[in-house]
Amino acid sequence: MDMNDLRALSTVLMFLTFLGIIAWTVIGGRDRFRDAANLPFADDESPDTDKTRQEKSS
Amino acid sequence: MANPHIAKHPEYDYDTVRLFCIATIIWGVVGMAVGVLIAAQMVWPVLNTPWEWFHFGRLRPLHTNAVIFAFGGSALMATSYYVVQRTCQVPLFSPFLSKFTFWGWQTVIVAAAITLPLGLTTTHEYAELEWPIDILIALVWVAYAVNFIGTIAKRKPNHIYVANWFFMAFILAVAILHIFNSIQYPVSLWKSYYVPSGAIDAMIQWWYGHNAVGFYLTAGFLGMMYYFVPKQAERPIYSYRLSIVHFWALIAIYMWAGAHHLHYSALPDWAQSLSMVFSLILLFPSWGGMINGIMTLSGAWDKLRTDPILKFLVVSLSFYGLATFEGPMLSIKTVNAMSHATDWTVGHVHAGALGWVAMITFGAMYHLIPIMYGRKQGQMYSIALINLHFWLATIGTVIYIASMWVNGLMQGLMWRAVNEDGTLTYTFVESLEASMPGYIVRTIGGALFLAGMLVMAWNVWCTSRGLWREDDDATALDPTLDTAAAPARG
Repeated sequence: MDMNDLRALSTVLMFLTFLGIIAWTVIGGRDRFRDAANLPFADDESPDTDKTRQEKSS
Repeated sequence: MANPHIAKHPEYDYDTVRLFCIATIIWGVVGMAVGVLIAAQMVWPVLNTPWEWFHFGRLRPLHTNAVIFAFGGSALMATSYYVVQRTCQVPLFSPFLSKFTFWGWQTVIVAAAITLPLGLTTTHEYAELEWPIDILIALVWVAYAVNFIGTIAKRKPNHIYVANWFFMAFILAVAILHIFNSIQYPVSLWKSYYVPSGAIDAMIQWWYGHNAVGFYLTAGFLGMMYYFVPKQAERPIYSYRLSIVHFWALIAIYMWAGAHHLHYSALPDWAQSLSMVFSLILLFPSWGGMINGIMTLSGAWDKLRTDPILKFLVVSLSFYGLATFEGPMLSIKTVNAMSHATDWTVGHVHAGALGWVAMITFGAMYHLIPIMYGRKQGQMYSIALINLHFWLATIGTVIYIASMWVNGLMQGLMWRAVNEDGTLTYTFVESLEASMPGYIVRTIGGALFLAGMLVMAWNVWCTSRGLWREDDDATALDPTLDTAAAPARG
């Protein structure tokens, strides 16, 4: 077994890891990531960023 | 700064984000103006004035460095620092490192703007800066990485949002790429030689060059996409599972593709073919990501009629799809035999740079900059001017890339044409003369794009002064403000 076998082996292991990630992602249904997908909306605007066009001009 | 309109968030660091936003606008104007100048120099060579500092050969790297590292870099740092705070619900890890990344990065940009016109260059494309600046880049980048990952480490939600995965991949990969493509012997303060030489040097250079495209101009801006598209559309990403697959597939495949810049060179043939195969596979994660972004609007397509910010974001994804289809095609060895070193390559780069990178940045900035000045997302001084910018940018991009397609195909066909006795049908100068109409059209396209950038700068300036344009449609961005309530304005 020389260096190139190790290199080939590392590539195969990386590919298997990739397949494992795909499997982990797909198994378990789409609702599993609902909270994660809503993270951009989890922290509401703070009061000081709440000026609207309407308020400004009235 | 005594501007009363600047928003102070009670918890988050908005100051650094705002500074990077302002830098994005300024360097966008500068970088694109230099681009239009060098496009004009190819039409009117007289513009290569007697002063060598302003010759095409010196201004071209200034243009690429300014738009990629100054405009794009400031935009990435602004949005990544903003998104990581909002999705981790904590302030940035270190106020000192935040300030250091801003002023350090601006120092790098100014150093580039001085040394490149002086002709100080390593000659490695997109890595032209000499070794003292390379060291400063490495320091700033490590500070950026520590600050970003440190913020993620102390996050409140358990999950790390997908945009932050893309930003992390971008930051880590660029650190590795920059350090390994900067292994140089300094022979004086402003001159160095690369340690690797020949085909190995070329392979390292295009491993760097293509992954700068893959991780800096793609993964980084995809991080932007995964936050600002859902946020502006006010709905979560189409498929979070697809975003995970998109991420891992993209970063696993991109690293192998760089050798397609070296087809038919002294690089071993197997490495060339391998890079071609991986480049073709790249189509799938790229289009997966594009579909994920565009389908986020599924069920809310009507927003595209009224919201020019969303138009920027969605059209940028369309150009991303175009460029990531064109890229694999150009990586096919037989196609590359014709396209290499023609204007087709320039057109391809600008489909990505103008259409994808700049447009997604414009969308994100129009969303973000009002927040930096105490307004709601997207509430710029004028929505009508965003719309004007959108059309200037879109038409400018289409004109630019179409002229380069025509020129590239023509040049490729003219250069390979041979007479029956085996001699070349055309001289190089004949192909250059035939390219002139394309160069004129390209300059017009670039000028339109720059005009849009100037409209944006004006809009940002007025927003920062707390102004509202009177004849604007106030309901455009906020459906809760109906027209019956609007007459109170002005």
